Formats: sequence, C-alpha cells, structure tokens
Amino acid sequence: MFERMTGGLRGIGHTAIDGVWRIGYASRFFLLTLFKSGISFRRFGLTIKEIYFSGVLSLIIIVVSGLFVGMVLGLQGYETLQKYGSEQALGVMVALTLTRELGPVVSALLFASRAGSAITAEIGLMKATEQITAMEMMAIDPISRVVAPRFWAGVISMPLLAAMFSAVGVFGGYLVGVVMIGVDEGAFWSQMQAAVDFRQDILNGIIKSVVFGVAVTAIALFEGYDAPPTAEGVSHATTRTVVTSSLAVLALDLVLTAFMFRG
Amino acid sequence: MERKTLDLWVGIFVVAGFAAILVLALKVGNLGTFDMSHGYTLIADFNNIGGLKARAPVRSAGVVVGRVTDIQFDNKTFEARVTMDIDGRYRFPRDTTASILTSGLLGEQYIGLGPGGDSADLKNGDRIKLTQSAVVLENLIGQFLFSKASEGAGKK
Repeated sequence: MFERMTGGLRGIGHTAIDGVWRIGYASRFFLLTLFKSGISFRRFGLTIKEIYFSGVLSLIIIVVSGLFVGMVLGLQGYETLQKYGSEQALGVMVALTLTRELGPVVSALLFASRAGSAITAEIGLMKATEQITAMEMMAIDPISRVVAPRFWAGVISMPLLAAMFSAVGVFGGYLVGVVMIGVDEGAFWSQMQAAVDFRQDILNGIIKSVVFGVAVTAIALFEGYDAPPTAEGVSHATTRTVVTSSLAVLALDLVLTAFMFRG
Repeated sequence: MERKTLDLWVGIFVVAGFAAILVLALKVGNLGTFDMSHGYTLIADFNNIGGLKARAPVRSAGVVVGRVTDIQFDNKTFEARVTMDIDGRYRFPRDTTASILTSGLLGEQYIGLGPGGDSADLKNGDRIKLTQSAVVLENLIGQFLFSKASEGAGKK
C-alpha cells in the first residue's frame, strides 16, 4: 500500500524533474548556439546553403498559400462587409489581417512543417549515422558547424517569407475583390493606405515573424539534436517539432499581439 | 548543387523578400502617400471628443491631411487636448475650425478641418481656437425626450 502511494508520487517527481531538466538542456543548447554562431557569419557560404534549403525551397508553398489565403479573405470579407454596405473597406480588412496576423502566423506554421521538420530529420539522421560523433572526433564543433548556420538561416528566411506571404495575399485579395467582384479599385487601395500604418502594422508583423523564426528553428534544431539515434526516435522527434513549434508560434502570437496592439 | 546557382537562388530569394517588404510599405502601408518628416503639429481643445482615438485621420474636404498623434486630458480647463500631425504640403489659415465628425453612420470618428479666411497660416505648435465637439448620441436622445416631454406639458 505504502509502496504504491510513494510509487505514484515518485512518478510525478520523475516527470517534473525530467521536464525541468529538458527545459534547462534546451536553453543551454540555445545559448550555446548563439555563442558559437561566429563561424556561420565568417563562413557565410554555410549559412547561404541553409537559406537555400529552408528559405528558397519553402518559397513555392508560401507564395501559393499566400495567394489562396488572400483570395479567400477577399471572398469572405466581401460577403460580410457587403451586408453593412462598406465593401470598399475590403482592402483594409485584407491588408490588416495579413500584415498583422495571418502573414506571420500562417507562414510560420508552414515554415515549421516544411523546413522545421526537415531540419529535425536531417540532424537526427546525422546523429543516428554518427556523423556528429565523427565531427567531434575530428575536433570540429558540430554546434558551430551544423547547428548555428541552420539557426541563422531560419531567422533570416522567416521574415522574408512572411513579407512575401502578406504581399502575395494582398494581391490575391485584390484579384478577387477588384478584378473578379468589382469593388472600386481606387477605394480599395486608398482606404488600405489610409488605414495601414508602417510602424504599427507592417513593422510589428515583421518583428513577429522574426520571433517566430527564432522559436521554430530553435525547437527544430533542439529536437533533432536531442533525438534518440534510432529510426523511431527520429520520426518521433520530427512529429514533436511540428507540434511543439506550431503551439509555440500560436502562444507567442497571443503574447506579442497583447503587447503590440493594445492601444 | 553548384555554388554559383545556389548563390543566385538565395540572391533572388532575398531580393524578393525585400521587394515584398517594400511593396507592403509603399503600396499597402502609408509610407508612400504620407510624408510626415516635413509635417507640422497642431493642437485643438475639445469639450468632448466622443470616441476619437489616437491615429484617427484628420481630413479637410474629405482628403486625409494628417493624423491624430496624442489625446490628453487638460486638468486646468477640463477639456480634451488633441495633438495632430499635419502633412507639410498642406497649409491652413489661422481661423480654421476643427470639428469631430463620423464617417458614415457607424464609421470611425475623425477630425474635420474647415479652412477660414485669414491670410496668415497656422504654424507648427499652434492651437486651433474654433472647435466643435463630437455629437454624443445619448445627449441627443436625452434632449429630444426632454423637448418632447416639455411639449406635452405645454399642451395641458
């Protein structure tokens, strides 16, 4: 009886200690990546290669989904705004939704599933096939050679992808709203320009996407580096990357929005 | 992949990203249409600003000529002090009136500037003396009911 009760308590204690240890390990890993990122700027070719893999190859999915999201916003927004007789405000609605929220958030979610999972799988497999150990044997620091360039590539790519998403989305809203439905073109653009502020809306969106870039890439790298070196371990780590970084993006978005747009 | 093609693609990617930011800033945002660097500041005191908020537009003849930057409560006069930035391209006479208007029935509130006939222009930091407060719907209904009630009393 006593044994059983303490057993339950021990289970809770074990989980708690494990959780705290993992958080500590993750933050140490993150700080280590930051401190050892000198080489990813001195040998910028390494980072450029990673920008190609995580940024350029995500371009198609980002642009296409941006276009579709913008078009859907145009259709849905028109449907609702038309009831209040203010369909000219369609441009404002599409632009504000995209630059403030959907641009950074949706592109971060896409980035997590397109590039984040790839980063985790790659590093997990490097570990499973003992490439990381081999690097350590050759006195090459795997964090500065493998992890840091990928981190900076993600941080650089994310805001650019989010900006492209928003720009293409506004174009999609324009296609549906002005070209297809026939909202007045002048009102569409002029009301948009009158309502969207560069600092308040666009710059805050860019700041958001930089934060999401840091979060998604750091989580993906940590999960890959931490993955058990087996096929099952790598697959679990890849799943965890997508789930954790998506949740992190949404939670961070709530916090950032609360700070940025309270006025 | 060869280093040259890699560099080319990343170059295209980065340029496209910055182009997107530029498009957002100039075409979507107000950076292209609105040059605040040569703007000037005006102050106006209102009895009641209604639902006016910072960043609300300032219009004259329907054209957006500036933006409300700050709203403070003046503890000496018990009035609302509204500070606004006006685009430097536009000049207004000294006896310009400022009134708080609503765009449409349910729209946002903005400041409307009605130019006067003075030959001297308003300068940076000047105060607009002639102001008209926002129409508060509750007061209007209250007045209406009151006048109806007194009408009824007069008939007896």
